[in-house]
Amino acid sequence: MSPAAAPLEPDPMTLLPPERPVQLLDDEGALHEVDGFPLDLKDSDFRDLYRYMVLARRVDSEAINLQRQGQLGVYASLLGQEAAQVGGAYALAEQDWVFPSYREMGAALVRGVDPGSVLHLFRGTWLSNHDPIATRFGLLSIPIGTQALHATGYAMAAKFDGKDLVVMSYFGDGATSEGDPHEAMNFAAVYDAPVVFFVQNNQYAISVPLSKQTKAPTIAHKAVGYGMPGFRADGNDVLATYAVSRRAIDRARAGQGPSLIEAVTYRMEAHTTADDPTRYRTASELAEWKVRDPIARFETFLEREGLLDDAFRAEIDEEARGYATRMRAEVYDAPHGDPLELFEHVYVEPPERFDEQRALLRAELERRE
Amino acid sequence: MAKLRMRQAIVAALADEMERDGSVIVFGEDVAAAGGPFKTSEGLLERFGRARVRDTPISETGFLGAGLGAAVTGLRPVVEIMFIEFLGVALDMLSTEAAKFRYLSGGKLSVPLVVRASAGSGLGFGAQHSQTLETWLYATPGLKLAVASGPRTAYGLLRAAVQDDNPVVVLEPRPLYGEREEVETGDAAVIPLGQANLCATGDDVTIVGLGQTVGTALRAAESAGWTADVIDLQTLLPWDRDTVFASVARTGRLVVVEESPRTGGWGTEIAAAVAGECFGDLTAPVTRITAPDVPVPFPPELEARYLPGPDYVRAQIDTLLDSGRLPVPWWETEGLGA
Repeated sequence: MSPAAAPLEPDPMTLLPPERPVQLLDDEGALHEVDGFPLDLKDSDFRDLYRYMVLARRVDSEAINLQRQGQLGVYASLLGQEAAQVGGAYALAEQDWVFPSYREMGAALVRGVDPGSVLHLFRGTWLSNHDPIATRFGLLSIPIGTQALHATGYAMAAKFDGKDLVVMSYFGDGATSEGDPHEAMNFAAVYDAPVVFFVQNNQYAISVPLSKQTKAPTIAHKAVGYGMPGFRADGNDVLATYAVSRRAIDRARAGQGPSLIEAVTYRMEAHTTADDPTRYRTASELAEWKVRDPIARFETFLEREGLLDDAFRAEIDEEARGYATRMRAEVYDAPHGDPLELFEHVYVEPPERFDEQRALLRAELERRE
Repeated sequence: MAKLRMRQAIVAALADEMERDGSVIVFGEDVAAAGGPFKTSEGLLERFGRARVRDTPISETGFLGAGLGAAVTGLRPVVEIMFIEFLGVALDMLSTEAAKFRYLSGGKLSVPLVVRASAGSGLGFGAQHSQTLETWLYATPGLKLAVASGPRTAYGLLRAAVQDDNPVVVLEPRPLYGEREEVETGDAAVIPLGQANLCATGDDVTIVGLGQTVGTALRAAESAGWTADVIDLQTLLPWDRDTVFASVARTGRLVVVEESPRTGGWGTEIAAAVAGECFGDLTAPVTRITAPDVPVPFPPELEARYLPGPDYVRAQIDTLLDSGRLPVPWWETEGLGA
């Protein structure tokens, strides 16, 4: 079927998105052009996208290992969502911001966030260690969907200050049932805020399937009510998530306001290391999605293009092992719960009683040494 | 009688109420197919079916508001807020709507809604999932608020809450879900709301606890050089003034044990009432043992220190009894070492 016969553009009058997601790589890894979603990538970009996806998966499995070893309290895996996260974040410019949920290790890597620093949040060493300002990657939002409003406010303020930046807010299908993302989308649309609302529709909110989350034909349809376009991308096709994000980001940067992206994907792991997915989904469903693995599909494409050789694989493997070693070191060696930190960061200017209490505590600790 | 974990006692209470009354329905996030994030609705879907046990979209305002609407029709919805913190986005539905409908309708509407929520620290859930937050609710006329202190009270209070015609919140301390004790089930085991329980009796001091601090107080008193009345408040709204006042009249001393920050804790209400009403009976300053005014820390060592434990409670009461003066909290005097 030629692209012209089945346009994947939102209807300009109704804003309604096409039900079929934008797909650039078919299941065999062959590249097809899609009108409205051109690819502006070089070979080095293709290799980078692959690198980030593989690293994300390796970092993810290392984090799960660390949780199993009792080093992390809990961890939310991104397995299967590498293409959605990496494609979206890769389309951002250096100065752009990401407001993530708690599952965004792949997007974090693209933004140059050290994965070990993020794991402190899950370990309880001492809060999160990554620098949101330096990496332009916000705090991992544990509450559901709240970050969509933060992203909108950040984007509006940036526009007010005349800064050229776009804000991407990641959240999940489940979050579209909370009020916050809806208020964020309405707000952003009314004020033409440069925001991209990037929904990773991974089909489940803990145990609750999409069918019990929304009756809308697609999540992208939700954009229509706010007067902005909703795009759908095959979330397991990194070139589709990139190209759709590129389009949404360019629009936002050009002052045309926000848009919503629904990346249709699948959470291959449990919601977090704390639940048992066999309670609420079937093995056959999992198997169906396994054959649509985002990394395997992109590998086929790279092989076709002659961009994947043993040397490159070895290079990534080396880098992945380096990450894993550093993550382990970070987690095992981090100082654990310095008592004096109990009073830190509660207020900008600590109340006087905190100073007194900290001083007494310090004196006591020194006395006991 | 059977030995039940608190989460099993909650399932039993829900099942018994659903059996007794066909208008009782259960809904919330992950309560049906998954059996509840804390396994507090395990088996209910299989037993009572999809019409009465429902998974909902992640939407606290949605399911609290819908619960309110359903309750007005005469159904008795039991709605689960997974973590009390998540009530924040939907507080309007509870404090400003559910608690006011009867009043605003001149008594023509009732809201027999039950909201269950996990609360409290001790499991390493970090600053955003470890608060008790009962103080968000207890200044809300029209609402009742009960707090379980173990399997037996979880069963009895929840059943009473479902049978009550007012909106009732039942908080369940998260670290107690796995706790086991002998639980009598059946109608005789229902614990009336508004009644405190005198769990232990003694002469020197009255200790008032709520939720998991009841166990802390009992353990503190076990090997102490003094004896105490230990009162499990059970219901915070309305709280049982008679039981507390009668005890303080006998012991002359009140100690309230709270796991929440010092400023604005629920114990301020008890302390103020006792200081005023029992002034002539008091032989020592009214004492509150609390956590410091900081977010609940995530590192296990710090979280353990944050929560008032039995040894600390015992030592504080030792000081109170020995000196007759208000004991100074640990964060102003001690280190964190053993």
